[in-house]
Amino acid sequence: MLEIRWHSRAGQGAVTGAKGLADVISTTGKHVQAFAFYGSAKRGAAMTAYNRVDDKVIMNHEKYMKPDYVFVIDPALAITTDITINHKDSTKYIITTHMSTEELIKAQPKLEGKDVYTVDCITIANETIGRAIPNTPMLGAFMKVSQMYDIEFFKESMKRVLGKLPQKIIDANMLAIQRAFDEVK
Amino acid sequence: MAFDKMELQKIEVWDGNRAAAQALRQAQVDVVAAYPITPSTPIVEGYAKFLADGYIEGEFAMVESEHAAMSACIGAAAAGGRVATATSSQGLALMSETLYQASGMRLPIILNLVNRALASPLNVNGDHSDMYMIRDSGWIQFDAFCPQESYDLNLIAFRVAEDHDIRLPAIVNQDGFMTSHTAQGVHTLSDDEAYAFVGEYKPMNDMLDFEHPVTHGVQTEEDWHFEHKARQHNDLMVKVMPKIKEVFADFEKLTGRKYNLVEKYDMDDADVCVVCMGSSVETAREVATEMRAKGIKAGVVGFRVFRPIPFAEIIDALKGVKAIAALDRSSPNGAAGTLFNEIAGALFNTDTKALLSGYVYGLGGRDLTKAHLTALFNELQANVDAGKVTTQLQQFIGVRGPKLAYL
Repeated sequence: MLEIRWHSRAGQGAVTGAKGLADVISTTGKHVQAFAFYGSAKRGAAMTAYNRVDDKVIMNHEKYMKPDYVFVIDPALAITTDITINHKDSTKYIITTHMSTEELIKAQPKLEGKDVYTVDCITIANETIGRAIPNTPMLGAFMKVSQMYDIEFFKESMKRVLGKLPQKIIDANMLAIQRAFDEVK
Repeated sequence: MAFDKMELQKIEVWDGNRAAAQALRQAQVDVVAAYPITPSTPIVEGYAKFLADGYIEGEFAMVESEHAAMSACIGAAAAGGRVATATSSQGLALMSETLYQASGMRLPIILNLVNRALASPLNVNGDHSDMYMIRDSGWIQFDAFCPQESYDLNLIAFRVAEDHDIRLPAIVNQDGFMTSHTAQGVHTLSDDEAYAFVGEYKPMNDMLDFEHPVTHGVQTEEDWHFEHKARQHNDLMVKVMPKIKEVFADFEKLTGRKYNLVEKYDMDDADVCVVCMGSSVETAREVATEMRAKGIKAGVVGFRVFRPIPFAEIIDALKGVKAIAALDRSSPNGAAGTLFNEIAGALFNTDTKALLSGYVYGLGGRDLTKAHLTALFNELQANVDAGKVTTQLQQFIGVRGPKLAYL
């Protein structure tokens, strides 16, 4: 069982990102689950979304999770929310920030000694898609860190997931995924 | 026909709402009248979008309230259409008057009830208060534990409800958010397969059949009211279960997916078991398997059909078990829990010596964790070992503050 927790603000696309990832993984024959805590669901409110991946049917519907990966797609949430809650020794963190990994850990001692990767998904999204929607770049970074799939396979799969969007937007998302894949450290 | 078909993958990653909306599309529902409410909104939104995109030949009626939504559904069903809608919580509460009209008028409407807590305090998350609130309304109630079942049970519900021997409305329940907004792999049928299974709608006593005028929604006082209600109850008690079994069997032939009135998991030799509904059934199954590895013979019983109550199947499922936990995701507000009472009622005249205890859990979407369920199975085993219920009969799982226990 692989478990992922997303930290996001409502409107940044964590749910879409979690569902998109689940969609891609499902095509490879694995079982998936993608869900979220919406709270009062106000745009901009901090929220969490979740993925589960397994080789057998996923029957667990508890919301409690000790994640293998934590994705933080809004830079401020690494500072203002408890992103290390239910941490286990093997948990990996991929955090959106303009800071370097060293600068971030220095600024946030709670990340000391943890497996932290950083990538500036907001800037990448702004420069490629033209909007601060950091969900698809985060998946590009995840492909690099996890080496789950070949990046070309992943991009082809995401093209199908994004199928109904205009070609220009799909192309921009592919650039964003590739840039985050290349830039995550 | 004047609509497009949709190419689906064999497995789509859908949440429970999407799965239900796709089933409504594939059933080619004629009329959806709806007033959207969280967390059921994406179902009727989905129908409306499929309609606007040319995938359905039908009508979407936007109305001013849930009371009006069900009223319009009743009108459309009486006119002779295949009709469906969706709601949750307060929406169902406002609809409740008209629910009794629909069942009394024998109109086979399908209602997707995405289970959510009832205010006050206001809460949009999942529990079974709304499901329980209308349990005496004369609607058949199915319960889905995951998105796949939300899809399957919608297709099944049309077949059961619209059968001319049944002609009763049916609710398909799914847990708000925990199922409705949780995306999982859903095995799909093609549009042709799904429509062939549901079948073309054959109206009965439809008001638009001008050659055969009928009256709907009549008044009967003490001269006839009781006979109407008794006949309706009779059909629920006598005709519905065999029909559901028949449709379940047909569905299994088509898809390989087998449904039962009561879903048993590892019950053949179980000493202890949890009885519950909704997504909790699946989590409990996973924990039951883990308990067996620890030497506790655990099983799980889930109600697939909540109304009519599968009385004989409950007795059968629970025979031989030594301790039973009835889990209710709704505040009984001054009584034992509903499942506790249903199980007690079913078992009372049997020779079971099973120890029955009740638990209230998960109100307003509060998480039911695997740790909770592990502790629960251990407590049931302790009851078995002691030969009596070692706690009070009613306890709470997952609530903060001092321990609450009654009865």
